[in-house]
Amino acid sequence: MTSFLESIGYNSWVLPALLLIPLVGAVVILALPLRDQTGFENPAARQLAFWFFLLEFVVSLGLWWSYDPADIGWQASIDMAWIPTWGARFTLGVDGIALMMVLLTTFIMPLAVLGSWTSIRTKVRSYYALLLILTTGMLGVFLARDLFLFYVMWEVMLVPMYFIIGIWGGERRIYASLKFFIYTMLPSLLMLVAIIYLGLHVRTATGTPDFSYDHLLGVSNIPQRTALWLFAAFFLAFAVKVPMFPFHTWLPDAHVEAPTAGSVILAGIMLKMGTFGFLRFALPLFPGAAMNPTIRMIILVLAVIGIIYGALVAMVQPDFKKLVAYSSVSHLGFVMLGIFALTLQSVQGALLIMINHGISTGALFLLVGMIYERRHSRLIDAYGGIARVVPMFAAVLTFVSLSSIGLPGTNGFVGEFLVLIGSFKTYPALAVISATGVIFAAAYLLWAIQRILFNPLDKPENTHLPDLNKRELALLVPLLAVIIWLGVYPAPVLRRMEGSSQQLINRVEAHSELARLSQATR
Amino acid sequence: MLLQSIADATSNAHPLSGTIAEWAWLLPVLPLAGFVINGLLSLSSAHLGPDDPNTPDHHPHSEGAAEASAISQTEEAGSVGDDHHAVKRHRWAGVVSIVGPGVLILSFLLALGIWQAMAATQPDGPFIQRYFSWMPVGDLQIDAALQLDQLSMVMVLVVTGVGALIHIFSVGYMQDDPGYPRYFSYLNLFVFFMLVLVLGANYPVLFVGWEGVGLCSYLLIGFWFNDKVNADAGKKAFIVNRIGDFGFLVAMFILFANMGVLDFIGVNAKAVELGAGSTVVTAICLFMFLGCTGKSAQIPLYIWLPDAMAGPTPVSALIHAATMVTAGVYLIARSAALFSLSPIASLTVAIVGAVTAIFAATIGLKQWDIKKVLAYSTISQLGYMFVGVGVGAYVSGMFHLVTHSFFKALLFLGSGSVIHAMHRAYHTTNSHEDAQDMRNMGGLKRYLPVTCVLMWIATLAISGIPPFAGFFSKDEILGAVFARAQGSTLASASWLGIPGSTILYAIYAIGLIAALMTAIYMTRMMLYTFHGPNRTGAEEEQHLHEAPWVMTGPLVVLGILTVFGGWLNLPEVITDIVRIGPSGSLDQWLKPVVGGATARLSAGAARVPATTEELLMGVAVLIGVAGIVFAIARLKPDRLPRKRDAIPEEGFERVVANKYYVDEALDRAIVTPTYAISKNFLWRFIDHGVIDSLLVNGSAALARGFGWMGSRLQTGNVGIYAWVLVVGVVALLGAFTLR
Repeated sequence: MTSFLESIGYNSWVLPALLLIPLVGAVVILALPLRDQTGFENPAARQLAFWFFLLEFVVSLGLWWSYDPADIGWQASIDMAWIPTWGARFTLGVDGIALMMVLLTTFIMPLAVLGSWTSIRTKVRSYYALLLILTTGMLGVFLARDLFLFYVMWEVMLVPMYFIIGIWGGERRIYASLKFFIYTMLPSLLMLVAIIYLGLHVRTATGTPDFSYDHLLGVSNIPQRTALWLFAAFFLAFAVKVPMFPFHTWLPDAHVEAPTAGSVILAGIMLKMGTFGFLRFALPLFPGAAMNPTIRMIILVLAVIGIIYGALVAMVQPDFKKLVAYSSVSHLGFVMLGIFALTLQSVQGALLIMINHGISTGALFLLVGMIYERRHSRLIDAYGGIARVVPMFAAVLTFVSLSSIGLPGTNGFVGEFLVLIGSFKTYPALAVISATGVIFAAAYLLWAIQRILFNPLDKPENTHLPDLNKRELALLVPLLAVIIWLGVYPAPVLRRMEGSSQQLINRVEAHSELARLSQATR
Repeated sequence: MLLQSIADATSNAHPLSGTIAEWAWLLPVLPLAGFVINGLLSLSSAHLGPDDPNTPDHHPHSEGAAEASAISQTEEAGSVGDDHHAVKRHRWAGVVSIVGPGVLILSFLLALGIWQAMAATQPDGPFIQRYFSWMPVGDLQIDAALQLDQLSMVMVLVVTGVGALIHIFSVGYMQDDPGYPRYFSYLNLFVFFMLVLVLGANYPVLFVGWEGVGLCSYLLIGFWFNDKVNADAGKKAFIVNRIGDFGFLVAMFILFANMGVLDFIGVNAKAVELGAGSTVVTAICLFMFLGCTGKSAQIPLYIWLPDAMAGPTPVSALIHAATMVTAGVYLIARSAALFSLSPIASLTVAIVGAVTAIFAATIGLKQWDIKKVLAYSTISQLGYMFVGVGVGAYVSGMFHLVTHSFFKALLFLGSGSVIHAMHRAYHTTNSHEDAQDMRNMGGLKRYLPVTCVLMWIATLAISGIPPFAGFFSKDEILGAVFARAQGSTLASASWLGIPGSTILYAIYAIGLIAALMTAIYMTRMMLYTFHGPNRTGAEEEQHLHEAPWVMTGPLVVLGILTVFGGWLNLPEVITDIVRIGPSGSLDQWLKPVVGGATARLSAGAARVPATTEELLMGVAVLIGVAGIVFAIARLKPDRLPRKRDAIPEEGFERVVANKYYVDEALDRAIVTPTYAISKNFLWRFIDHGVIDSLLVNGSAALARGFGWMGSRLQTGNVGIYAWVLVVGVVALLGAFTLR
């Protein structure tokens, strides 16, 4: 495989190709005639979108083999002039962390399209075009090695999601989309200011503005106070995206109102932008600020609150989609704990949860979407006992729920275990408190699936629900396979990420050590 | 691949390498295959939905739905019982009947082969098979690895042997259930996880099995899920177990943080470095024991087990009596190297075990549901096992685990046979009486003679009457407590200021009293079920029949095991008097695994003279006999009213019959407040009130103050702004690409 990839020069074109394929797809779909001969909205749009996403996935899959875990530098890099007057360059590259995030994205997207196959019936072309543009934005965020390019991609990703929620969402879609937009836009603008400051800061040193990530990593002459403010700007932008308690209230609304694919992408991929941002930018660029004991403790405590709070609030939700949304707050709390506990196990575990959450919560949203299409209700109380009517759906929902609550043997366990065992080394008390999250997780999800799948089948509307169809089964099976694979044999994934995780830890520890020493001598 | 096991130095040198033991991976894989096959057969009766789920279902109503409405109707009519009303045999029932028990029988035969190889080679150390690296992260290296030693061998034989018998019994018991393939798929999956639990070579792999058996327990308790009681019971079992699992997890964290290893060989080798009696080792053991109280239903986490009786009766026999609930005892025996370093933790285990033993026994005295009696009896007997492993008599604890798996499986399957007969009788007459309440039974020995005789054997065994298995194992535990009460490491330790010696004597006394109660409640159960006049009903009485051979067969085998199980570990005091067989076989067998740890806790204990030992044994037998005689003398099965005519208990009896109202108290103290706080304070007040109304809307208002942002918001043109951004970016990217 590796030699085949080399023979086609894979590494030299794969990253720009990944950004380009969805854009081409979007243009092609928008160029389709609006309606087919029979007067219905053009069904070719969804088929084309699916094939473009599948192509994207296949192209990205080569990275799995071409990526060399032993090399901790950037791989498959490209670097080109972009906007010379601003000093922004078009620089892309993957490391172990970006690699897995890219693969997660390209894996989830075709499934999300299959998931909205029959539920999206209006403005079909625009819908799929936006999904494709969104993909470019998300991949751009993961791949950018230039902070200006990163910011542009960050915004490119935000806007299509705003429309997806606002146009194809549920009843309160306008409120939800505005809340989503403002909630994430305001801190993003603060982050833009911070990025511009950084770019200009480097200019004063070298003569030209410079947004290059690698260069900014080497900058150590930012005054401590300024670094704190810059970190705060990045922190806000990312914390909202994660979302960390108490910046999470946009999420339940956005998730619930978004169409199925929107929720899947939001939970599966876009929430990881926040934690990815911490790993890629906030921590390595401002290690002194991030590792300041007070700040670090505040963030860790917020993470732990998120774990418990998210689970407890999820427990009392009458709406299953909202329950899953709040469970994300809990899961992402584990990720933040792992990142800021900063041991190799906890960071690797955090990365794994980022992947796992994408798979399992993505699958949960797909399943909610499927049952919603049949019964047009997301309320838990609208169901009850349907495992008898839709045994296939019940089996899959139970299985995915078990992976979400971290049953050993599924993906969920490995991530949580690594985060907790790693965090215990540096913050034992917080790790123990967080470990109670496994109890609450079981409580809210098992209770919910009991009220949906089990108990008496007492509502006549539910007695003739059709079970999963071939398309739905086909899109769920890959997710189930990955759940087991990552639960039983996550070693290949861990191996690919380990170098980058270790590098991050070394970087942050070296800098914070430096900062500590300079403070001590002062 | 599984077969590409990485041969390392230890396994190369090990006497078992190259033998049949190399096939140990097949032990769990066989039942896993059974799970897959039966699971697929179960799902094969599902109908795929239409391509567009928005269109209504035009398929003829699926079998499932038809069954569903039929069953929900009967349920609404008020039927409550163990069995479900028979609908019709599943179309794949024949295949399932072969695959389900078949994989267990194969596993058992393989286990016998491995046991023979082990007996022939007598290895000193465990035989480790590494298959692949599971969680390799820096200094944390966890392998997917299995470990065979004498301790896991005992467990494997019990799990596959008793498991196979219960699978065969299930063929008869469950044959008419519409969920027949699903039942066997869960049961096979359970055995898979149980074997992973006992064969895992490190704590995380053991934990896979540990939570996996919990999952299967959850699925099987709630097997008839359309009944809310069953679904509730399953969920309760899972969540309460998760509280225990939290303890187990924390124990692993402390272990890793202090020792850097999680595999049994590494932990056993490094345990001493933690220091005998150190806080760290005590913390590890106590957190681990919290896990045990969950899985093995000890105080305070025993509350799920009585509810778990909602599952099919063979499930109660396999999971909630013979195997899964003993996992905690196994875990402590497995971690003997750690527990023996902490007298405080060990005493805690013994105290909790003793208190649970007597507490559950008192409740058992007042239950009317035949399965509830057995459930509390199981909790009580597990308490004895914890007393055993708690005082460092690891072999005695394991011995009682094995004999208990024989006689308690027999009792549960016997009760299954009774319930089966009762249920059929009530089903024929369309009666909705309670098929599990002993007040509706009576005189069943006439109709179920085989079951009656076999259950009496088991009752004598659990009551500690020689020569039945339970006598030897229970006596060994009490004897070990007595022997350690003077001069041993445990006796000289102090627990919350109380001398260990005092505690051990108290535990011995509690053990005797609980044994008396055991004899009483078991005899009570037998009298009310099988003796006196029949209270089932005049018409129903005509339909009471003994179970078919596929059910009584396994009962007979278990009966034989119950009679001769004591031979596994005969005490010297007996073999010195009558040469009925070799003494201390299990002691010898398990010595390589727990010998060192046993010696550490009993060090310094004076040897109990043979005469004293004979005296103690005599007292124990007398107590058992006294309990039986007392029950026969005092209880009047011929005067017992039927359930519907019964008068509720009064005063303290009522408190006991209601299990001391523990469930109700927990519900009011924990469950309800947690829900209310989460809903009203966290969600409604913090989330909606403080964050959304105050902060978000407040800052949005603040944002409007900013001119540049405000102008866009006020003209409502966020959309245009957004589109401009997208178009601009796309154009920029396009320009760049084309250049």
